[in-house]
Amino acid sequence: MQVTLTVNGTSHTLDVPENTLLVDVLREHLELTGTHVGCDTSQCGACTVHLDGRSVKSCTVLAAQADGAAVTTIEGIGTPDALHPMQAAFRECHALQCGFCTPGMIMSAIDLVNSSDALDRKIVREGLEGNICRCTGYHHIVDAVLMAAGQMKA
Amino acid sequence: MYQFNYHRPATLEEAVALYRGAEDGIYLAGGQTLLPTMKQRLAAPSDVIDLGRVDGLRGIDVSADRVSVGAFARHAEVASDPRVRATLPVLAYLAGEIGDNQVRNRGTLGGSVANSDPSADYPAAVIGLGATIHTSERRIAADDYFQDLFETALQPGEIITRIDFPVPTRAAYRKFPNPASRYAVVGVLVADFSGSIRVGITGAGPCAFRGTAIEQALQRDLNPAALDGIEVPDAGFNSDLHASAEYRAHLVRVMAKRAVAALLA
Amino acid sequence: MASTAHAAGHGIGASVRRKEDRRFITGQGRYTDDINQPGQVYAVFVRSPYARARIDSIDVSEALRIPGVLAVLTGKDMQADGLGDLPCGWMVKQKDGSDMVSAPHPPLAHTQVNYVGEPYALVIATTQAAARQGMEVVATEFTELHAVVDPVQATQSEDIHDGVVANLAFDWELGDREATEAALAAAAHVTRLDLTNNRLIPNAIEPRAAIGVYDAAGGDHTLYTTSQNPHLERLVLSAFVKVAPEHKLRVVAPDVGGGFGSKIFIYAEETAVLWAARRVGRPVKWRADRSESFLADAHGRDHVTHAELGIDADGRFVALKVETTANLGAYLSTFGSSVPTYLYGTLLAGQYRTPNIHVEVKGVYTNTAPVDAYRGAGRPEATYVVERVVETAARELGRDPAELRRANMIRPQDFPYATPVALTYDIGDYEASLDKALALIDYAGFPERRRASEAAGRRRGIGFACYIEACGLAPSKLAIELGAGVGLYECGEIRVNPTGSVTVFTGVHSHGQSHETTFAQIVADRFGIGLDDVEVVHGDTGRIEFGLGTYGSRSLVVGGSALMVAADKVIAKGRRIAAHMMEGAIDDVSFEDGNFVLRDSNRSLSFGEVAFAAYVPANYPEDLEPGLSEKAFYDPKNFTYPAGTHIAEVEVDPETGVTRLVNFVAVDDFGTLINPLVVHGQVHGGLAQGAGQALMEQGIYDEYGQLQTGSYMDYCMPRADDLPDWVVDTTVTPCTHNPLGAKGCGEAGAIGSPAAIMNAVTDAVGRNDISMPATPEKLWRALSGQ
Repeated sequence: MQVTLTVNGTSHTLDVPENTLLVDVLREHLELTGTHVGCDTSQCGACTVHLDGRSVKSCTVLAAQADGAAVTTIEGIGTPDALHPMQAAFRECHALQCGFCTPGMIMSAIDLVNSSDALDRKIVREGLEGNICRCTGYHHIVDAVLMAAGQMKA
Repeated sequence: MYQFNYHRPATLEEAVALYRGAEDGIYLAGGQTLLPTMKQRLAAPSDVIDLGRVDGLRGIDVSADRVSVGAFARHAEVASDPRVRATLPVLAYLAGEIGDNQVRNRGTLGGSVANSDPSADYPAAVIGLGATIHTSERRIAADDYFQDLFETALQPGEIITRIDFPVPTRAAYRKFPNPASRYAVVGVLVADFSGSIRVGITGAGPCAFRGTAIEQALQRDLNPAALDGIEVPDAGFNSDLHASAEYRAHLVRVMAKRAVAALLA
Repeated sequence: MASTAHAAGHGIGASVRRKEDRRFITGQGRYTDDINQPGQVYAVFVRSPYARARIDSIDVSEALRIPGVLAVLTGKDMQADGLGDLPCGWMVKQKDGSDMVSAPHPPLAHTQVNYVGEPYALVIATTQAAARQGMEVVATEFTELHAVVDPVQATQSEDIHDGVVANLAFDWELGDREATEAALAAAAHVTRLDLTNNRLIPNAIEPRAAIGVYDAAGGDHTLYTTSQNPHLERLVLSAFVKVAPEHKLRVVAPDVGGGFGSKIFIYAEETAVLWAARRVGRPVKWRADRSESFLADAHGRDHVTHAELGIDADGRFVALKVETTANLGAYLSTFGSSVPTYLYGTLLAGQYRTPNIHVEVKGVYTNTAPVDAYRGAGRPEATYVVERVVETAARELGRDPAELRRANMIRPQDFPYATPVALTYDIGDYEASLDKALALIDYAGFPERRRASEAAGRRRGIGFACYIEACGLAPSKLAIELGAGVGLYECGEIRVNPTGSVTVFTGVHSHGQSHETTFAQIVADRFGIGLDDVEVVHGDTGRIEFGLGTYGSRSLVVGGSALMVAADKVIAKGRRIAAHMMEGAIDDVSFEDGNFVLRDSNRSLSFGEVAFAAYVPANYPEDLEPGLSEKAFYDPKNFTYPAGTHIAEVEVDPETGVTRLVNFVAVDDFGTLINPLVVHGQVHGGLAQGAGQALMEQGIYDEYGQLQTGSYMDYCMPRADDLPDWVVDTTVTPCTHNPLGAKGCGEAGAIGSPAAIMNAVTDAVGRNDISMPATPEKLWRALSGQ
């Protein structure tokens, strides 16, 4: 079937099988491999992207459901030379180690900051329950989200 | 995921017709349960009928005595809607306890209630608030709706369109989450309708049900202590790695007490 | 030295922000599954649904009829091609001096399957979907056999493997049994404790993946894979499994998304895709689903232990006796035999002067996934035994648990300290860590905090773990004497480029450890150059000469030391070049602050000038080779001994049994720190895994050997809201025998924390018999007297 998606600001029309997941379109058709797959039960959050501005698990959305929508991936929020405040804060706070969960974690964290009035460490921890990190013990991630929130809201 | 035919109807009638014409059709709402199930190859429908663009399933209407939520309302919408938060805060709170942020951004009220997972949160609200379920065919009272494990009063092809939640005097929901999946091991919603008490319980049994003994005890004395001596029989309760039936029965009492305490606070 | 690097804030000891982050935070990381090869096809493995069954027949005809399916390869095909078994790399000698009994471990089972998820065939197709469809229709006739699941019952159960009597791989001991028994008999008090160390499933968030590539023209094989040690993988695949000769095999471990031990081992799947690529003449790619990871990654821990600690009338530990049954799973994985023996028994002295210690370990086969090293590997198990039994002894004796420990600790004047279980600790100051941790947790304020919790209806407990670990694996001679199949040195190479920038090649692999930054810090510091002038290359046997890889907190200690030695060689050669250029004597040239300086003159040459001269050797010593590139194989002289004190404080809700970890302090002595921020991150991650083990995680098989915790729906992974803010600090006694003074920090968090947390939980509920994980229902039952 034909699906039209605006990914990171660029419109793509693709012919994909009906059972194609959004994450497969991103990784395999568009070669945006920053979005990762870490589980098969919609728990780990490594595949988190923004669909019309809100965080979703792209392994649990059919490409067909996203037809006509705007998708933002980790590749679409900043570049090495012009980092998004959340990306910069993750680096500054050493909020990543192996880096595999990081794109999903960053995309979740951006939506969390955008959709919250006020954040503290407890709210950030609860807000990231849909993303599993096995490396960091989360402490530095919480630091990073609060640091970025200060800049994003400023 | 197995192959299937994908349909995206614009109207209810079209959706129902597609369903009836399919060999083994299934409706797709937010997909947060269905898609993982299909990915695990535990479901292999011939036709997936996406309700995402069907007219008339969206929107939340709030009046003084009733909150009417469209079947396609996402959990995050219900949790953050200022009118719901003001008029029926227990529903916003409960919706905010479902899954995680990403799941709440996709999952829908109708999908959750139609699926009737024994550990879903919304069924506690449907039962505890005595909601009315509007479908493509009729209206169904909450007490008639949940029947057994993944079994409801919905007939094949019938689509939930909205759910009306009566607004109680006060109400509270308390959930004991599964530490792995974050689904409800037990969730209890206690509602006080001008002295008339309703208690909806999810997670404990094969489907959500009313806690009649708890209702009676609270009817006499709306106080956590009123539940101290109450027996919660665990016959027929779910039992798994995370909680035996006996522990679930205990948690029903504890969560009910905590809901009452929250409701009184 | 090298104050230029210090002045720029990137030398040894600076919390430099990581070089590797720029690609990870922008989605530009390149993990194995991100790599695709022209003409690539996909493999899906056919796995056993039974814990133990005979394979009677395999019918692949229907699978071959699926459009897109190119081949279905079975264990018999692999055997026919002459591939060998997967070896266990550590030969343990039993009590009676005989070799352990290693059951044959074919990469693909061909006669019998021995755990659920064991691969016995693979389907190769042009698409992932077709391969999976093919997998589903491979028709296999099995005869189901009785499964052995419980390790304690294993020696009395049916034999799983022909020739392995009573499922016993080894019966091993260490220490003086007679002296220990005698001391226990004479002890004023004996504390006895039964303990289980729960089975854990590693769960690096990147599932394992591999791409095998075969170039028929040159006979070259390439394997891209999620490995912590690509050279070891190459060595085993060539020398033992015989997939390809070593010089015709390149193993690339690109960005790897966490390992925690699980990506050390040589597995069936990586082996099979490489072999299959040659069979089908196309690159073959495989990526594990998480469900496969649960079934077929090597699991961790799984011990059942009885311990007895004898204490004299003055409160001195006089003897420790430990009996352990270690579940090895269905086969001996790559290092499966060393973990519950030499990485466990040798650590049972802990931080104490206990004079008599004896440990015996029965390693048993069961019909479960193979068990091997998982973060800490043996040392968390040892710490759990020592620190639970010491804490229990303090309770029985009515002694303050911190003070009982203090009274028995090895003191600074005791070093080097030879333990009764084969190790010699070089240095430490255990009281310094204990004191700092007591201050940080406000131990004096605990009774008041406990009263406040009780007033709110909750039980509060505090628990200690004063752990020690042996890291920096390992002195090769010692390891080989103890049964290791390979040396455990490390290789490092420093290529100074003509322009003075530096490319560093290391045989260890970073999959979260931050080597691209910390190793660059070491080299930049040594040469007095900029951090951006140093590039660290790792993870490719085609680019790096050799290496043993990353595990056992060894990368910095062994791999970093190799770089220090290589750097010394670079400087030595640089001095010769500089001396010639400045017309001075070599002995008069020193290397200071990034410059070669001629004594008693105003002459000096920069590092870059000397590098240039080495490659454009116009004014150059006649007897010296051009170029400025040096390498070193560094073999450590001893293990390193990081140690510290972890203190946990928990609150238990008696109504629900839910435990909340409310305070956690870790004070660790890792010797010299290269990058404190990175060290803190390593500790945090280890603590989270330790907290997971103590409170949440458990791999559970049912009586038929079916894995009950096979997804994140049931295997309980710690999430952000399960964990507290960690309070982490350090003390420093530099390691005495390596050039960095560093001891290693990767595993400490996971080693100390389970014991500390369980000591706190048992303190809170007032019972010593709570097993890990301390789940809500378990604690509710304990507290409600059930």
